[in-house]
Amino acid sequence: MQTFTEQLKDHYAQTPDKVVVYILHSGQPDLPLTYRQLLWGSAGYARSYAAQGIRPGEVVILILQHGVDLFYAYFGAVLHGAIPAIMPFLTEKLLPERYRADLASLVSVTQPSAIVTYADFEPEVRAALKPGDPVRAVILASQVEPPSEPDFPTLGGSTRKPEDVALLQHSSGTTGLQKGVALSHQAVFNQLESYRLALHMRQDDVFVSWLPLYHDMGLIACYLMPILLGYPLVLMSPFDWVRAPYRLLQAVSRYKGTLSWLPNFAYNFCAQKIRDRDLEGVDLSSWRLISNCSEPMRWESHQAFYERFRGLGLRYETLVTCYAMAENVFAVTQGGIAGPVVVDEVDRDSLQIDRIARPPIAGKATIKMLSAGRPIRNVAVRVLDGHGHDAPERHIGEVALKSDSMLTEYYHRPDATKKAFHDGWYLTGDFGYLAGGEVYVTGRKKDLIIVGGKNIYPQDLEQLAMDVPGVHAGRVAAFGIFNETSGTEDVVMVAEVDEDGEDDRQRIADQMRAVVTRGSAVALRYVHIVDKHWLVKTSSGKTARSANREKFLKEMAQTGQVF
Amino acid sequence: MSDDIITPLADYIKTQILKQPKRLMKPDEPLISGGLIASFNLVDLALFVEDTFGVRIDDAELNAQTFDTLEQLAALIESRRI
Repeated sequence: MQTFTEQLKDHYAQTPDKVVVYILHSGQPDLPLTYRQLLWGSAGYARSYAAQGIRPGEVVILILQHGVDLFYAYFGAVLHGAIPAIMPFLTEKLLPERYRADLASLVSVTQPSAIVTYADFEPEVRAALKPGDPVRAVILASQVEPPSEPDFPTLGGSTRKPEDVALLQHSSGTTGLQKGVALSHQAVFNQLESYRLALHMRQDDVFVSWLPLYHDMGLIACYLMPILLGYPLVLMSPFDWVRAPYRLLQAVSRYKGTLSWLPNFAYNFCAQKIRDRDLEGVDLSSWRLISNCSEPMRWESHQAFYERFRGLGLRYETLVTCYAMAENVFAVTQGGIAGPVVVDEVDRDSLQIDRIARPPIAGKATIKMLSAGRPIRNVAVRVLDGHGHDAPERHIGEVALKSDSMLTEYYHRPDATKKAFHDGWYLTGDFGYLAGGEVYVTGRKKDLIIVGGKNIYPQDLEQLAMDVPGVHAGRVAAFGIFNETSGTEDVVMVAEVDEDGEDDRQRIADQMRAVVTRGSAVALRYVHIVDKHWLVKTSSGKTARSANREKFLKEMAQTGQVF
Repeated sequence: MSDDIITPLADYIKTQILKQPKRLMKPDEPLISGGLIASFNLVDLALFVEDTFGVRIDDAELNAQTFDTLEQLAALIESRRI
């Protein structure tokens, strides 16, 4: 039985001078941190939390950018026995008012005692707080106690028990921020032990990542796993990566990286947008496993990535698959370790219309499904039909799972926690099928949109669009459409308006784009302005997003626009 | 500001990024902060500028502080053209 603090204490005692993380920043020298530096810096934060009267077991929200402060603030909370939760930092696109509203709703559900941020961001944070909020301290990174030797017996983290909540993990947007996944120390260690074995981890493994820490794949696989298990992590900022994707490959080459996790779109992005001149001298032969995870995985994306980089020593068997979710800490399945990733070529119409994965039929269109692999050893997976019974092999149903690494609860949300389980099985909301013991994920039950691995709730976007004069409640729909070129979904919005003129409609479309982007940091690919009665409604009068998506695609096909 | 820079830039953004060839684009319309160009498209824009105008924009410059409108981007390109 372990806790985060005990585990860190062991690394500190045994390998204090081992570099545990290299923090990369575009235009700056790489910054290596040893366990000693990490623990000393974190101990400074722990002292500041204590000085501010934050008690073990209370939540601390961190609003910090990629960098050493975020590391120290996070593990400082751990050492103090507090529960860290990372909130994404305000981007240049997001409207400060909208950001404040999201922060206020996070505070009201999560009831944190402290928020950590930078001095120049303090006014934004204060503006989101109101009298009666539980936040007792806004702690500024510049005023935190200096690094000092951790005195483990007196640290609040030493009093934590394995079953206590260790951290909260949120997904993004207004809806996501109201549903914090609470994970215990024990759940995290159960996951890491099981996942470590699934990945056949080796002494010389080196993690390389650009993933944000407010995302489960970034936080668990590419932050907590290497640091708690004692593997070096090379971490760059998502902001740098999206502007210069070649930096990931250069980092793998420079640090002899072996393990990475990428959302599907990143394979297309790297394959299409990196120039040869940025790859001079790059050697990718150390890369052992790149796990495709967190959005639908495409065989075509793996091919494109492999073809683009095989000349640099990339091996095909490096491209593997994973199905994961924060509610299970992280991985549910892992594919491509014991043998190549299984590709299940199935008849397209059977899959899409009958919802059964049948073998190809001569002369008819097929889909190459990438297996997400088999459940890792602490996880059991079932596929349920509409009545809660096991669906037959190769029949699509809802994926359900059970494990010893499940969430404790949705934090302060007993309603949501209760709804998520059926007879002790967690209902994922994902559709999929089982075949030969392998798990295939085919889609989602909910209307969730996933862009570049980031979950986006359509109702958040629709709510934002209603601020535009001319756009009305119940007459706007947001949905995702898969884009073959980018390997992820594009967001489309359709709005019914009364205005007839082209100019008015263009104005409404432009304003919708602007409010949605500034309210959610999501860029709309296409805004479709339509006449009254265009949108399809359900019998209860709700907007039927999937039906509207079909209608939109049909209309686009008729007008010759390709999506 | 010279149209020989703004016109091809606007055409590229309309046809390749927004996929709305008929859309009107104003030279002072905010591109990044206004949500027209997603962060995923910034690299595309930089590569287009390099191929078309022979001007390299460093990845650290791909943000709304350096340029947010067509005229600002055109000014940046012009200042670097030989």
